[in-house]
Amino acid sequence: MSTAPTSPGPARAPVYALVGNPNCGKSTLFNALTGLKQKIGNYPGVTVEKKIGTAYSQHGHALTIIDLPGAYSLAARSPDEAVLRDVLLGRRTDTPMPDRIVCIADATNLERNLYLIHQILDLGRPVILVLNMMDVAAQTGLVVRAARLEKELGIPVIPCEAINGKGLVELKLAMSRHDLPLSRHSWEIPAPIAPAVSELAASLVDNDQRGPLIARAEALLLLTDQDTVRVAGSRPLSARTTEILRSWEKRWQGQGTDWAGALVNSRYDAITELCTHVIERSAVKTGASVSDRIDAVVTHPLWGWLVLGGVMAALFLSIFTLAQVPMDWIGDHTAALATWVKHTMPAGDLRDLVTDGAIGGVGSVITFLPQILILFFFIGLLESTGYMARAAFIMDRLMSRVGLNGKSFIPMLSSYACAIPGIMATRTIEDTKDRLVTILVAPLMSCSARLPVYLLLIAALFPSAAVPVGAKVAIMLTMYALGTAGALFFAWLFKRTLLKGEPPLMIMELPPYRLPKMRDVALHMLERAWLFMKRAGTIILGISIILWFLTAYPKAPAGSTDSQQIAQSFAGMAGHALEPVIKPLGFDWQIGIGLISSFAAREVFVSSMGVIFNAESSEENTAPLRDALLAAKWPDGRALFTPLVCITLMVFYVFAMQCMSTIAVVKRETNSWRWPLFQTVYMTGTAWLVCLIIYQTGRALGF
Amino acid sequence: MVETIKLSTLAIGASAVVREYPKQGNAFLRLREMGVLPGTTVTLIRTAPMGDPLEIKVRGYNLTLRKTEAEHVLVEPIAPRA
Repeated sequence: MSTAPTSPGPARAPVYALVGNPNCGKSTLFNALTGLKQKIGNYPGVTVEKKIGTAYSQHGHALTIIDLPGAYSLAARSPDEAVLRDVLLGRRTDTPMPDRIVCIADATNLERNLYLIHQILDLGRPVILVLNMMDVAAQTGLVVRAARLEKELGIPVIPCEAINGKGLVELKLAMSRHDLPLSRHSWEIPAPIAPAVSELAASLVDNDQRGPLIARAEALLLLTDQDTVRVAGSRPLSARTTEILRSWEKRWQGQGTDWAGALVNSRYDAITELCTHVIERSAVKTGASVSDRIDAVVTHPLWGWLVLGGVMAALFLSIFTLAQVPMDWIGDHTAALATWVKHTMPAGDLRDLVTDGAIGGVGSVITFLPQILILFFFIGLLESTGYMARAAFIMDRLMSRVGLNGKSFIPMLSSYACAIPGIMATRTIEDTKDRLVTILVAPLMSCSARLPVYLLLIAALFPSAAVPVGAKVAIMLTMYALGTAGALFFAWLFKRTLLKGEPPLMIMELPPYRLPKMRDVALHMLERAWLFMKRAGTIILGISIILWFLTAYPKAPAGSTDSQQIAQSFAGMAGHALEPVIKPLGFDWQIGIGLISSFAAREVFVSSMGVIFNAESSEENTAPLRDALLAAKWPDGRALFTPLVCITLMVFYVFAMQCMSTIAVVKRETNSWRWPLFQTVYMTGTAWLVCLIIYQTGRALGF
Repeated sequence: MVETIKLSTLAIGASAVVREYPKQGNAFLRLREMGVLPGTTVTLIRTAPMGDPLEIKVRGYNLTLRKTEAEHVLVEPIAPRA
């Protein structure tokens, strides 16, 4: 006998799905229920996070909990919402259909929160409703009568304050029940639509193997969900059901019936009716809320910009000051480890592979970590307080000029520190095309790894101490401006050509400000860092070893210097092979080696130049290397690093895609090699073209 | 006779009842699902520093939408109570 969904057998832990609107406190509740017993991954084929945790019932039985993405409706507009819909409808092959559903509603905003929950009640699964933030509701003068709602809906309704852990025991008790009732709430489907719902539901049962209750829910959904968002891994509808749907739509269009609107309206009518029994507003309404008063400053035409500027300045300051300490520590220790291995292992290829390939590769993965942690800490903080939505609100007008919306702002800005967290932060962008455009242009923002390269080249450009600092700063700022302009230009171009789509919507909730829960922010930060290590780590390690191999082989005769070794290695050969391509830009094969080695990370250019030109130099003192660069000559005796070449090379670094970590992350975030390859080609191609124009124009003008 | 204006031309701080609404389009279906329906009262809270998007209060929460969408939503202003 197969087990009924309401009473799962003892062999398998019952699967609960956690569902709710964004900002309803779902993550806090998930963390509180599962502690650290969480597994984070991806739904195969889509970049939507899959979070599964284990909680224990009051009787100590294990319960599996799937934390589904936050959404406002089952009618999907984004990959996140499509995954929610498909998991709940049992359309996904990779995730079991949940046995039971825990819905979370923000009690301060019950009407809108109930819309999604109302759709879920139709599914015919046992539902537990959690009314979260009851304390905040009480403060704002709302009395939400949970007992009355329980009576109206016929399902357990649990008042809760997830942030203080109140109501958790009651929730776990309800989750431990064997006999969870189905909702007995019924609502009226508008008359012109009812026959279509019946016909579609019947077809779903006959042709798509759905259970009768879920078929009706899916039939209702098909009428409001244009099914425009399809994601990999979900089963398509049968041809017969699609045909019935199209013929009804055609009929309604002919009659001028607004079927989707009518459905939404009648659902809201039912919800409003429910709420009149459940919510009591205490008579006194004391003017503007705290959130409104904060917003009066934060979104003010003048103060708003200052606050935004201040927040961003604090973010960058902490990255540049705080991240430096652990980054140096990691650098020192990986170097110390390599030295130790050098002394303990017998000399040979294996030793070099371990020290220069593996340890170097792992080192370049983890030196990014401090920056990534700090950035994600800030992003988590901005999200959980509610400021993130305000930043998007303020910046939307500017971003709309290039065809994006305000949500692309934070990922692009984060990319000034490092493109990796920037690209990972694009998951908040709902529209797939907008997200892809943001990913494609983010690495054009000058990241912190370009800084050492700019500094070295500016030093070579102005060797004399007489040059005012202002001139150096101006050159630096020009490079940053160039990168930003490039990013905006390409965003504009891609939105008009390659990834043409509807203008993005800016229909977004501005959630009330809340004090962040540090535990959730910290968990979020660690999750992200772990994802980066797991996803990009192996690719970066692999490429590091390949790069090491290219510079270490073939071996030069014994007694050669490092610079002789690199000159005759595969990398040296590649540099020579590259020379005809980069000569029109004023670069020789030695710079070519630098460009190739930059794939490990752009700042590696500085150390490669040190090896190639035999100059001892450190981060603090670039003078010896600067002088070595200035002494470098073409075979015919012309100076190699002329001012024009320094400028051209800096511009090359602004535009070229030279970071394997970014490539690895883009591959993971877009689920294919197509986009990172395209990105590498378009960015490096642009770099070449722009540099060609600058160098040749400069030459023609006599520089 | 009922006087309706575009939501985008509503004065800041003023409230109005939504009257007419485009039937098609992703934006408008989403707005409906977010609870902005014919008959719903909305209040224009503010515009973003650069004049777009708008922030409205609806069913007790705050929602943003662009002017291009607000232009298609017709509302009937509620006279401020004396």
